[in-house]
Amino acid sequence: MSKKIDRRSFIRSAGAATAAAGVIGMPSLALGAGKKVVVVGGGTGGATAAKYLKRADPSIEVTLIEPNKTYYTCYLSNVYVIGGGKGIDSIGHGYDGLKKHGVKVVHDYVTGIDAKTKKITTKGGATIDYDRCIVSPGIDFKWESTPGYDEAASGTIAHAWKAGAQTAMLRKQLEEMKDGGTFLMAPPPNPFRCPPGPYERAAQVAGYFKKHKPKSKVLILDPKGKFSKFGLFKQAWSKLYGFKEGSDDGMIVWRGTPKGSDDNKIVKVDVAGKSIETGFGSEKGDVLNIIPAQKAGKIAFAAGLTKGDWCPVNLRTFESTIHKDIYVIGDAAAAKGLPKSGYAANSEAKVAAAAVAASLAGKDAPVPAYVNTCYSIAGPGYGFSVAAVYRLKEDGSKVQKVSGGLTPSNASKGVLASEETYAHSWYKNITNDIFG
Amino acid sequence: MVMKTITRVLLVAGLAFGTTGIANAKDAPKTLMGASGQALADTCAGCHGTDGSSGGPGTPSIGGLSKAYIVDLMKGFKSGDIPSTIMGRIAKGYNADEIGKLAVFFSGQKFAAAKQKFDATKVAAGKKSHEKYCEKCHADGGVNIEDDTGRLAGQWSPYVKESIAAFMSGARPMTRKMKKRMKKLHAKGGDAAFEELMAYYASQQ
Ligand SMILES: Cc1cc2nc3c(=O)[nH]c(=O)nc-3n(C[C@H](O)[C@H](O)[C@H](O)COP(=O)(O)OP(=O)(O)OC[C@H]3O[C@@H](n4cnc5c(N)ncnc54)[C@H](O)[C@@H]3O)c2cc1C
Ligand code: HEC
Ligand code: HEC
Repeated sequence: MSKKIDRRSFIRSAGAATAAAGVIGMPSLALGAGKKVVVVGGGTGGATAAKYLKRADPSIEVTLIEPNKTYYTCYLSNVYVIGGGKGIDSIGHGYDGLKKHGVKVVHDYVTGIDAKTKKITTKGGATIDYDRCIVSPGIDFKWESTPGYDEAASGTIAHAWKAGAQTAMLRKQLEEMKDGGTFLMAPPPNPFRCPPGPYERAAQVAGYFKKHKPKSKVLILDPKGKFSKFGLFKQAWSKLYGFKEGSDDGMIVWRGTPKGSDDNKIVKVDVAGKSIETGFGSEKGDVLNIIPAQKAGKIAFAAGLTKGDWCPVNLRTFESTIHKDIYVIGDAAAAKGLPKSGYAANSEAKVAAAAVAASLAGKDAPVPAYVNTCYSIAGPGYGFSVAAVYRLKEDGSKVQKVSGGLTPSNASKGVLASEETYAHSWYKNITNDIFG
Repeated sequence: MVMKTITRVLLVAGLAFGTTGIANAKDAPKTLMGASGQALADTCAGCHGTDGSSGGPGTPSIGGLSKAYIVDLMKGFKSGDIPSTIMGRIAKGYNADEIGKLAVFFSGQKFAAAKQKFDATKVAAGKKSHEKYCEKCHADGGVNIEDDTGRLAGQWSPYVKESIAAFMSGARPMTRKMKKRMKKLHAKGGDAAFEELMAYYASQQ
């Protein structure tokens, strides 16, 4: 960017900011206020933010830093890859679309964000200046929650909670498993990314077994007493896979943990012996899937953006309440009221992009609007959903649901079949909205 | 447009007597209102595609539909007069002012005809039926939306099919005249006639 433009935009934003100072408090008159935005993480939140910044104001210089050349979506990974065997390419997306929108894409890994000097450092040795930074690093695992199972062990036992090689490995292990085997899954405690995800996965694995390995079982050792879309999943499991609550009959067996007990909380994992010890006892499996407890991605901690496990933010803008001019979106943010989902990350990214564009123009942040939807597919012709529309509470304390809800439990076959079709549409449209 | 007015009256009446009470602003927690049409519309993109241009295979494109049609549909979804899998849950989150803004935004976008498969052997018969029974209000082969009818040509087939099924079962209200034409066509050609129509609409890409 030339110095001339820098100075001009400085004067413009300075003027506007002064005018608005009464409303927004101390305006940002950062030295040499330019229009450089760096987005850290090119996943659901980050890629959306980069694209929507360019849509909001093409003169903003947007750089996206992401280590991988292909992003594999977690969403539909259960359906397309793990259950459906369509291969990993069915969930892969590249960055050419973003480049066409004028986003500069740098494949590197961010190691530090200095909020004082407004500089980003990378593993590749680069130092990059920013005026505003948007961080969307997703999640990291709390390995201490699964004694015996750690990052090294994830080379043989999948979590498949970050899509890609993990997802492909889990599918391969299921293919190699003998009929009559057990798929042993340990879902995480709350809060975690995609609350219905483990239960959709259980259904998808059961669907694969039903077709190819009908003597096999899906055993879930859950540290929780209930879970997202509880009624709808139990209904689907029993209709499709003979599930009976509280019984070991049927293809899917779910063992929960009542409040105050430690029944199905992990005590220890024996990686070589493929078994999980819980407060209740020990279970062996043929293919294991362990999903540890979660926290914000590493860089959020390195940059001092966290309080507890997640990053506190101003819910109107997603600006960090700890560091000015850094915005945190997606799973890593403590977006009070919104779930940790792809739809929510996409929605948050648009709110943040609009707020950043406004801030660079010296304007007040616009009034936000948010939506979340999450489709689940339990089997062929069997889809259901949860959806919600949200507004910011007037005092800014929470993103408040104003409408929404679940697919009704008495939904007809026709509705369930339509919802499956709409779930595939959702995938097409949201991935195009993010990467196209 | 007499029938249009009838539709609208019907929907509005349904809204007034609707039992679902979201619009009870009194009990609702106070939230920040006044989001722009763009900000509201951006939240629809995950399902309907950026600017309402859907990549299918089912969810309809809403960019480039008529303003009055979008308002009618949103109100109908909200009241429950128009059956839906998910829009009922979503539409309840918007007041009349916001629905108006959304309608202005999406009616100002370009309609993108769906790239979808169709049975080429049925197109000619579908075209014939359309011209005889539907063209009067859905002009230019179902492209024209000047009569606030919703778009037939180039819309995603699974959605149009569901709309027709909802009309035929009586679950979705339609104008008296359209009903007469639909019944006539069905009496003459059965479900096959609708399949042919679908092929004709899908063939316009
Ligand atoms: C099995 C499963 C199913 C799911 N299904 C659904 C669904 O149906 N619907 C739905 O809405 N959501 C679903 N989700 C949730 C959804 O995937 C996440 O909520 C969403 O991806 C969050 O977006 P994000 O941007 O926060 O993180 P991510 O999408 O994970 O993106 C983070 C990106 O940041 C990059 N990154 C991390 N650290 C750095 C660094 N230091 N420097 C540079 N780059 C970095 C990573 O490489 C990654 O590309 C599902 C999740 C799972 C696991
Ligand atoms: C969760 C996905 C989802 C979201 C979010 C969503 N829609 Fe829809 N929309 C659908 C589906 C699916 C249909 C088909 C009807 C049904 O089954 O609900 C539809 C139908 C419609 C129609 C009828 C189109 C026609 O041609 O008849 C309109 C209008 C519409 N939506 C507007 C909106 C607007 C405006 C928003 C944002 C405020 C929105 N939708 C958000 C999924 C969604
Ligand atoms: C007398 C005028 C009229 C005739 C004739 C008519 N329609 Fe319609 N049609 C309408 C109007 C008005 C609407 C919008 C209704 C609403 O707001 O719900 C509509 C809506 C529709 C829709 C919903 C659009 C969507 O995207 O879901 C379909 C499908 C449809 N018509 C099919 C037909 C077919 C097929 C025929 C011929 C057999 C036909 N119509 C004949 C007036 C007509």
